[in-house]
Amino acid sequence: MPSRRQILAQSAAVAAALAGAGLLPARAQSAWNKAAFDAKSIDDVLKALGMSRPVESKDLTLTAPDIAENGAVVPIAAATALPGAKTIAFLIEKNPTTLAGVFEFGDAVESSVATRVKMAQTSNVYAVALLGDGRALYAKKEVKVTLGGCGG
Amino acid sequence: MKRGIRPLIVAACASLLAGAPALQAQPSAAEGIAQYRALLAEGNPAELWEAKGEALWKQPRGPKHASLEACDLGRGPGVVKGAFVQLPRWFADTGRVQDLESRLLTCMQTLQGFDAAQIAATPFGRGEQQTMESLVAYVSAASRGERFELPQARPEEREAYEIGKRLFFYRAGPYDFSCASCHGEEGRRIRLQDLPNLTKNPGDGIGFAAWPAYRVSSGELWGMQRRLNDCYRQQRFPYPGYASDATIALSVYMGVNSHGAASVAPSLKR
Amino acid sequence: MSDPMRIRAQAQGSGAIVRVLMSHEMETGLRKDAEGKTVPAWYITEVSAALNGKTVLTAHWGTAIAKNPFTQFTVKGAKAGDKITVSWVDNHGDKRTDEATVA
Repeated sequence: MPSRRQILAQSAAVAAALAGAGLLPARAQSAWNKAAFDAKSIDDVLKALGMSRPVESKDLTLTAPDIAENGAVVPIAAATALPGAKTIAFLIEKNPTTLAGVFEFGDAVESSVATRVKMAQTSNVYAVALLGDGRALYAKKEVKVTLGGCGG
Repeated sequence: MKRGIRPLIVAACASLLAGAPALQAQPSAAEGIAQYRALLAEGNPAELWEAKGEALWKQPRGPKHASLEACDLGRGPGVVKGAFVQLPRWFADTGRVQDLESRLLTCMQTLQGFDAAQIAATPFGRGEQQTMESLVAYVSAASRGERFELPQARPEEREAYEIGKRLFFYRAGPYDFSCASCHGEEGRRIRLQDLPNLTKNPGDGIGFAAWPAYRVSSGELWGMQRRLNDCYRQQRFPYPGYASDATIALSVYMGVNSHGAASVAPSLKR
Repeated sequence: MSDPMRIRAQAQGSGAIVRVLMSHEMETGLRKDAEGKTVPAWYITEVSAALNGKTVLTAHWGTAIAKNPFTQFTVKGAKAGDKITVSWVDNHGDKRTDEATVA
């Protein structure tokens, strides 16, 4: 059975995975939140994430297109300049799986992230941020989803 | 409970539809699509195919265990940069006008020992067709931003243009469609897709200048051959055949019409 | 064996903008193939990014993240020559790590 030191010395992949599991700054590594990913409504997802009762806030900006030509790839981004924003989650109201992803920021990154999601249909997209003091903020935007035509 | 909610939902939907334009300047659908495409411009998944294509170009493969680095795409053996914007063109060694896919088949057969006919018969997205996807991404990327300049010096090249033009306007099939039915005039549109007029230069990065492309709807990289295949499917025509003279002639027609347009391939498409 | 990620890290101001393109099917488990059989769920569940070996960002993903996912974030205090490492794990237990140097 290879020692931990041997594994770290060997492959970058394993080393990085261990680093991801063991060297997180200050906070405990959260496990993949099955309850949150299984939840079907905005409220249930937020409850499972410990972000109940978020307040709508202009301090959290959500960037998303008005129309998505193809729901398979929808670019969305969220950012906040408020200090101590440790987590941003993206929720898509009408998706079969409402929670798309959760991003956890260490001290060395800005609290902003862009990603791409799948949307099943026209729906509200929510970005929800958890601040260091336990407050939760949200921003939402409706993204229209259309399949587009036969061309292009 | 149900009876109480339904009128509320109906009212909410009605107000959404009616009230939204009043709340803010509603961008047109075209502007919305443009915004969507701009947000996706960075990080085109086609880059994954470009990287793979570069590796496949340099890797010794096939029965002859050779790389494609001696492949002549029209600017000399191994010259990849700038080759894409001069294709299709006539090649002395085969005596044919060839597009990118056809030329890659020639090289894969003569240099690497692959069976070109077998690759041509392989369905898109499988086997060596995946190799072709990566190679066309790599080769087209090497000419990104350059302007189309298909040679028309040889009689074979000029003949291919004329044949391509005939095919472009040839109406047949159960709907009596031709390429021109969708792409023969300004201002045509299918749902939210603007259809470029391919009888002339539709502009930088449009039409012929936009393929190969990462097709979001299938999550795959499509070369021009696959795009043409899909056109024929939509017209309910039988497909002329992968890298056939007919499809090459069509590319010559469209490519010569796009003379001077800048290529953005591999681009991102719906 | 998965395809390499494309990682671009560009120094900007006092930090670096990192853009990552991953090659992954991200199957939802809801899609049916041509024969009508459900394609099983296959998706990245964990992502982490590190600057010079220290984790700076982690993410948990579900099936709603798009195929061939693209992610962009900004690392503070990163300068040219620093190493950015990105790793992912998927629900099959497959892993991948790639790195790039801040330009």
